[in-house]
Amino acid sequence: MASSAIFILDLKGKVIIARNYRGDVDMGVIDKFMPLLVEKEEEGMVTPILIHHEATFVFIKHSNLYFVSTCRTNVNVSLVLSFLYKSVEVFTDYFKEVEEESVRDNFVVVYELLDEMMDFGFPQVMDSNILQLYITQEYHKLEKAPRPPMAVTNAVSWRSEGIKYRKNEVFLDVIESVNMLASANGTVLQSEIVGVVKMRVYLTGMPELRLGLNDKVLFEGSGRGKSKSVELEDVKFHQCVRLSRFESDRTIAFIPPDGSFELMSYRLNTVVKPLIWIETSVERHSHSRVEYMIKAKSQFKRRSTANNVEVIIPVPSDADSPKFKTSIGSVRYTPEQSAFVWTIKSFPGGKEYLLSAHFSLPSVVREESEGRPPIKVKFEIPYFTTSGIQVRYLKITEKSGYQSLPWVRYITQNGEYQMRMK
Amino acid sequence: MTDSKYFTTTKKGEIFELKTELNSDKKEKKREAVKKVIASMTVGKDVSALFPDVVNCMQTDNLELKKLVYLYLMNYAKSQPDLAIMAVNTFVKDCEDPNPLIRALAVRTMGCIRVEKITEYLCEPLRKCMKDQDPYVRKTAAVCVAKLHDMNPTLVEEQGFVELLNDLLSDAIPMVVANAVAALSEINEQRSLIEVNSQMVNKLLTALNECTEWGQVFILDALAGYAPRDEREAQNICERISPRLAHANAAVVLSTVKVLMKLIEQLPNDSDFITQLTRKLAPPMVTLLSAEPEIQYVALRNINLIVQKRPDILKQEMKVFFVKYNDPIYVKMEKLDIMIRLAQQSNIAQVLSELKEYATEVDVDFVRKSVRAIGRCAIKVEQSSERCVQTLLELIQTKVNYVVQEAVVVIKDIFRKYPNRYESIISTLCENLDTLDEPEARASMIWIIGEYAERIDNADELLESFLDGFHDENTQVQLQLLTAVVKLFLKRPQDTQQLVQKVLSLATQDSDNPDLRDRGYIYWRLLSADPAAAKQVVLAEKPLISEETDLLEPSLLDQLVCHIGTLASVYHKPPNSFIDTARQPLRQINNSASNHTAAAAADILGSASVSSAPQPAVIPAQDNLIADLLSLDIAAPTPGVSAGMSAAPMPTTGGDFDDLLGGIGGGMGGGADLSGLGGIGGGIGGGLAGFEDGNQAAAGNAGIGLSDWFGGSSAQTQGVQLPRQVWLDAAANMGLQLEGTVVRRNGMITLDMTITNKAMQAMSGFAVQFNKNSFGLLPAEPLQVNAPLFPGQTINVSLPCNTDGPVQRMDPLTNLQS
Repeated sequence: MASSAIFILDLKGKVIIARNYRGDVDMGVIDKFMPLLVEKEEEGMVTPILIHHEATFVFIKHSNLYFVSTCRTNVNVSLVLSFLYKSVEVFTDYFKEVEEESVRDNFVVVYELLDEMMDFGFPQVMDSNILQLYITQEYHKLEKAPRPPMAVTNAVSWRSEGIKYRKNEVFLDVIESVNMLASANGTVLQSEIVGVVKMRVYLTGMPELRLGLNDKVLFEGSGRGKSKSVELEDVKFHQCVRLSRFESDRTIAFIPPDGSFELMSYRLNTVVKPLIWIETSVERHSHSRVEYMIKAKSQFKRRSTANNVEVIIPVPSDADSPKFKTSIGSVRYTPEQSAFVWTIKSFPGGKEYLLSAHFSLPSVVREESEGRPPIKVKFEIPYFTTSGIQVRYLKITEKSGYQSLPWVRYITQNGEYQMRMK
Repeated sequence: MTDSKYFTTTKKGEIFELKTELNSDKKEKKREAVKKVIASMTVGKDVSALFPDVVNCMQTDNLELKKLVYLYLMNYAKSQPDLAIMAVNTFVKDCEDPNPLIRALAVRTMGCIRVEKITEYLCEPLRKCMKDQDPYVRKTAAVCVAKLHDMNPTLVEEQGFVELLNDLLSDAIPMVVANAVAALSEINEQRSLIEVNSQMVNKLLTALNECTEWGQVFILDALAGYAPRDEREAQNICERISPRLAHANAAVVLSTVKVLMKLIEQLPNDSDFITQLTRKLAPPMVTLLSAEPEIQYVALRNINLIVQKRPDILKQEMKVFFVKYNDPIYVKMEKLDIMIRLAQQSNIAQVLSELKEYATEVDVDFVRKSVRAIGRCAIKVEQSSERCVQTLLELIQTKVNYVVQEAVVVIKDIFRKYPNRYESIISTLCENLDTLDEPEARASMIWIIGEYAERIDNADELLESFLDGFHDENTQVQLQLLTAVVKLFLKRPQDTQQLVQKVLSLATQDSDNPDLRDRGYIYWRLLSADPAAAKQVVLAEKPLISEETDLLEPSLLDQLVCHIGTLASVYHKPPNSFIDTARQPLRQINNSASNHTAAAAADILGSASVSSAPQPAVIPAQDNLIADLLSLDIAAPTPGVSAGMSAAPMPTTGGDFDDLLGGIGGGMGGGADLSGLGGIGGGIGGGLAGFEDGNQAAAGNAGIGLSDWFGGSSAQTQGVQLPRQVWLDAAANMGLQLEGTVVRRNGMITLDMTITNKAMQAMSGFAVQFNKNSFGLLPAEPLQVNAPLFPGQTINVSLPCNTDGPVQRMDPLTNLQS
């Protein structure tokens, strides 16, 4: 059912932290992990789960650390992996950068957290907001020993009572990332919008929030079918949102955690016109040179502007002596990623820009073939959502009846935005 | 100031120094010393010598220090059981502390100390903590029961902890409920003590809405083991859990999918409700593909199962499985598998253009799999075969070595699926003969040459060119070469006699590989005895290969769907193959063996009910095997009462089944020519059941290799006798052990069996039933076992068989159940 033990290892597989939860594996088994991983890597057969006859290893890698769980039964792997990721999040909230040094520096707290976050292999309390109330490095500053906060076992396990702010404010960011994959001949193979609503909540007490979006299902149900609405394909909510309420009447109602968190994410599969489109023509003269003509087109409304646009175009790794010519922005060659990057600080809608590039190629051709990485584009378009999603209202009710201010921002940015090259 | 300084002490006499510091009067110094001890422990130094000194620090009001000492205790108590007792007093005292954090900490830690003496002292504090007024303590105590059960199951039962745990399911605090259900599920896994009933389900569904994400997973996983009484209840559960699909945590989503997939099975198949529900399932699974790569991998492996079980759910979602350039290789490979599963006429054009793109990437394994995928598309979607073959030819033109080899292998399969359609490309293939250096590709090419020898003018030259290095070839290639030359000879006998003689002598005289030699002799004898028969056998029409490869066996698939999200679902292996057999509680359940048998029996029935009838899955624990069975029968809708009733559907788990298959499988490809002749594989489904008071005991299936098929020509009446094999193992079949073999006696096929009763009760009323099989094998007379078989007794029986029974062709022939 659950993890036998959790290990934090350095890149060489040396144990930094080990916590045995069930006593059913020999803790020495972890020495088998790294050789097994190396062996699988050599075979090109690495998976996030490695089976050894003494134990099964489920692991993730984070900066220069491996987080490994050993198991001996038919565990719920998705639970174990979620736990590992979540524990990295908690450690990050505790000491910002989670890497070898910071884990060693904080080993006492890491042990305490591991003790609190999992019991006998079952994940327990993992809200860092709440954990920080009773697990801290500053014990000597406390007058008396901490007690478990009410919130730990409450139905509202993510918010503690007695929070106070002088000014009650809520910031809402709607961020949409556009994933797109286009084939070399210019057809869009896949495009989707992944949106998240992030919140920063500075509210007193136990406020009850209700968020209204221009959700198509809701609008059609209430006969407002004519106004602009958006069909959200798959919505995922933070655990604070009452899912059964959403299921029954599409109301997003919740008591928020304190501070910043991700309230919800959604996905839309609607095919949108690619916001920024790149056309390339490549002329390759083997043994001597390669020439690129790049055209970048912005295909969104003229009123909007994309900021910090970066077009990353891969070149052969043995290319040299770059020459660029463009009317706008700057270009730099980044040999370490075998590409050149065209940066345009501000790119208004409905425009078209050109770039030509020239590289020399060595006369001797390399033996091994290279992969064909796609063109990637990065951008940010503020005050704009591709899906057209809008926040209609954010109602905040708290028993003391204070006034509060919600702020909403919209931004669209690139997700996995790739175009294959010929 | 950071903690890393504690790791730096390496000088000699360190232990001694620490000892002094630990016994220091200054609190600060003491704490520093304990931290150093923990640091040493972490890096793997043995600091167990400090045990008494560290335990002395335990009585402190400093929480940090207390936690560190507890941590030390958990690590070393096992190696110092006698000294660990010293800590008990403090533990018991801490369990009474006014601070709930300390009470919980004490009971949590005490449960982690796996020392038998301590468990006795644990009972009282644990009982109090389970009724503690603070929910934090109760939720910790709930888990502690599972810990105690792991060490000493009897104690948990005797002390009534299971009932207390059951009470916690009604707790007002959802987290307590969640932990209680997690502990109960864990205990039930080893030994069914508490039956999940509809009342309990209601409580769990209520708690589900309000507990932590992890608690939701525990509850959902427990619900996955529950069989609703009727459709209405199943539908109600579906309605109440489906909002969980919108949870941000992947584990919650997958566990919800698991329960829904299982419950759907119990609802009428074409209801609107199912249509709605399945529509809800696709989006969350697609969203999982934007999660972290490791989670994507688990999701993809599970989607593979879901697509096999209910292809409709994701049939519109092909595009999301397109491979991205920066996906990790393990994600790419899984996406490819699912693309092939979803391929159909409407989307094949897109799939093919993607596959072609992938086939020109750089990762060799991925490219190979992509090429293979093109072949599988051709076989699966007939309308696309033309285009697939075209694509494969284009890829062969690239002359990239491994692409060509892989293409040849799949083209062989395409030839087998669509005979006489694409032979025009053979000449292109022959041009690439020299580049093939992998056994599978060489073997495939040789198969093609042999199969189409009449259309290839220089087939004899091509095959001859391989003969020079015959002994350096891989067995696979040698076997194909042998078969191909024989085929060639049968098709063009005039000018290839020399060639065939050469290859026969290479195979029979110069080879020490028995398979090769035997196949050589068979051909030789066949060719010299009756060339016409040889033609019939070797050039017989081959069965078409099936469209879908590597589909899971349906009962295994059903089982895996009930375990979505677990290791079993990732590896597509039965869940019980991950059960840890080496694990032992500190003390055995009871010394009597009957208890173990009962537990084993409960296990079997528990797993059987998953895949078979929708009847109550849990059996109340009783000491006696037969009592267990009786209670099951009474609960079953149609109790069988009359003695000697005929065998009912018999549970067979995948694992056992495989083990029992003793048949000899003929190889695929060219090897298939031989099955039924050289493969000599035979299978007999024998269900053997012992009855007592109308209870069916055990039954299973046995596969038996018929070794003697061929012996007739050499005029033997008494064939070779194979040693007896275990067909049914007592441990898996409630004490009935069956060993046996097949012999030929007086021209009749006879089953010689040894039946042993390893159960605690006498068995009688034996009967045998054969499943329909490839050979029409049936018992010629009823099974004669007259006297009851007492515990520990063994009996030998012979059962003559004839072959007039109904024949059902199994694929492969040795298979018993399709």
